[in-house]
Amino acid sequence: MSTITPLTTGPALTPKPETASSIAKKKLSSPWASLAAIVIAVLWTLPTFGLLVSSFRPERAIKRTGWWTFFSDPQVTMDNYKAVFGQDGGVNLGDYFINSLVICIPAVLIPLALASISAYAFAWINFKGKNFLFLAIFALQIVPLQVTLIPVLEIFVKLHLTGSFWTLWLAHSTFALPLAIYLLHNFMQEIPAGLIEAARIDGAGHVSIFFRVMLPLLTPALAAFGIFQFLWVWNDLLVALVFAGGGNEVAPITLQLANLSGTRGTAWQLLSAGAFVSIIVPVTVFLLLQRYFVRGLLAGSVKG
Amino acid sequence: MFNAASTTPGKLLQMLAALLLFAAIMGVILFIAGRLGRGKSGDKWVGYLYLAPAVLLLLVGLVYPGLRTIYESFFDAAGKGFIGFDNYKTIFTDKDELTVLRNTVFWVVLTPFVATAVGLLYAILVDRSPFESAAKALIFLPMSISFVAASVIWKFMYEYRPDQGNVKQIGLINQIIVWLGGKPVQLLIESPLNTFLLIIVMIWIQAGFAMTILSAAIKAIPDDIIEAARLDGVNAWSMFKNITLPSVRPTVVVVLTTIGIGTLKVFDIVRTMTGGQFKTNVVANEFYSQTFRADNQGLGAALAVLLFILVIPIVAYNIRQVRQSSEA
Repeated sequence: MSTITPLTTGPALTPKPETASSIAKKKLSSPWASLAAIVIAVLWTLPTFGLLVSSFRPERAIKRTGWWTFFSDPQVTMDNYKAVFGQDGGVNLGDYFINSLVICIPAVLIPLALASISAYAFAWINFKGKNFLFLAIFALQIVPLQVTLIPVLEIFVKLHLTGSFWTLWLAHSTFALPLAIYLLHNFMQEIPAGLIEAARIDGAGHVSIFFRVMLPLLTPALAAFGIFQFLWVWNDLLVALVFAGGGNEVAPITLQLANLSGTRGTAWQLLSAGAFVSIIVPVTVFLLLQRYFVRGLLAGSVKG
Repeated sequence: MFNAASTTPGKLLQMLAALLLFAAIMGVILFIAGRLGRGKSGDKWVGYLYLAPAVLLLLVGLVYPGLRTIYESFFDAAGKGFIGFDNYKTIFTDKDELTVLRNTVFWVVLTPFVATAVGLLYAILVDRSPFESAAKALIFLPMSISFVAASVIWKFMYEYRPDQGNVKQIGLINQIIVWLGGKPVQLLIESPLNTFLLIIVMIWIQAGFAMTILSAAIKAIPDDIIEAARLDGVNAWSMFKNITLPSVRPTVVVVLTTIGIGTLKVFDIVRTMTGGQFKTNVVANEFYSQTFRADNQGLGAALAVLLFILVIPIVAYNIRQVRQSSEA
């Protein structure tokens, strides 16, 4: 692996003694620089912190006093979390949580697999029309989802797939492909041609090269895109709204949280706990796999 | 297996079945690829075979729908009668639609610049500090949560309680206003203030992205340039203006345009926080309202096409800037 490190940030990984900004900062009379950094950090953390504290306060307290009074009058309860998982009031977040998982796993694995073999073909096989096809797929990245939704919905209606997980699996997989193919192709190109040629001389075909040479080297790239796609699908609202319907059979947790915010906008005891239940998975994934996620970002692409 | 499952085991089984089906399809593709000859012409067919599933999905799920939507944008609300460019005329003349356009301009101009400025400043401030990675994670965390959850978090910040006797504010912003001696404001209802308050949510999410990318660019500035400047005794400001900023300029352009494109399509924040009411609507949310609420398919399609058209100049600018900087 030491010779092949696709998508590394280069200099960022090997710290240098001093950088332009560190000098700039030092001369920017240090206390002020630190103060500015702390102010930004606090501004960015406080909103989340306030809601997190609220999610553990009793309903009466949330509705009558600000969350900052928690520190003078701490009252802690788990009732809000029990309530969002309970059947009463139709919140029932557990079902939606399962739905999100059931949506996410295939919606990550399917495009990853399809994009891997496509990217392999683009990077290592010669065929007519290759450059044109690659450019076309690259260009599809800029097509906004909104443009495709209604005709895709009509196709699902014709196939009698509406209201099933299949709509979300297929839609998310398709929408992910242009970026996935582009990113994985960039990774694969960086793998030295010598490795592939050696394998071919040994008599390996494209299938065994793909599995024995490519896949082990691609792990960081697959992880980077996998996390991207996971966060994208888990956090998606638009695709879910159009294809999933509102019921607890298919709709993901973001959709239920959005509905809750729309219909019970002042039920902060439910909204605060609900928000954190929906956040916990992506934040955990992000914190555990931050390294890969940042590499993916630095590969120069973000989906939207 | 193509119907909705309603119990948790049922859902998990359906997922498993789908994954097995997909694995079987992949197996067939790889099996055929293994059988195809290994010569030049066999190679070619393996290439086409590997691309077939992705190309098929893209044609059915992206290319055809895109063209279809462009076609439908020239039809009336029911999608029956051809009305030429009338939907587009509506977007640029109707009073409500003009508010939508105005708000979208605010979003697309403000979000990228403020988020990038904050991200750049923060990246410089925490660079090489002992707490660098923890400090960065704090700013970056909002990137990993959904726009919906972010909207709930900020709606709570903006919460309003009427100014009566012993009613206390529970939203931090209004409490600060009261502490400073002001009267609480219905923050999400007052226009145009509310649009700017929604934009803050997007800035809050995107600053972490800007910071991460720019931080890597800052660390990539070559040592010798910095050393030379330092020997010349430049001060902090001119180090920033003459060394840091020019070095990261191409990255700044990429960050600005990426955030700009993302902001153009933002829909979740507006829908969750105000539903597009109180003059906060934007093109992406208006697309959803017209298509699914007002049942005006034609106008909805035209709004989607408008989003597509608006992305193009941003992408073109990005490509031109990247080309220029690689030539220089």
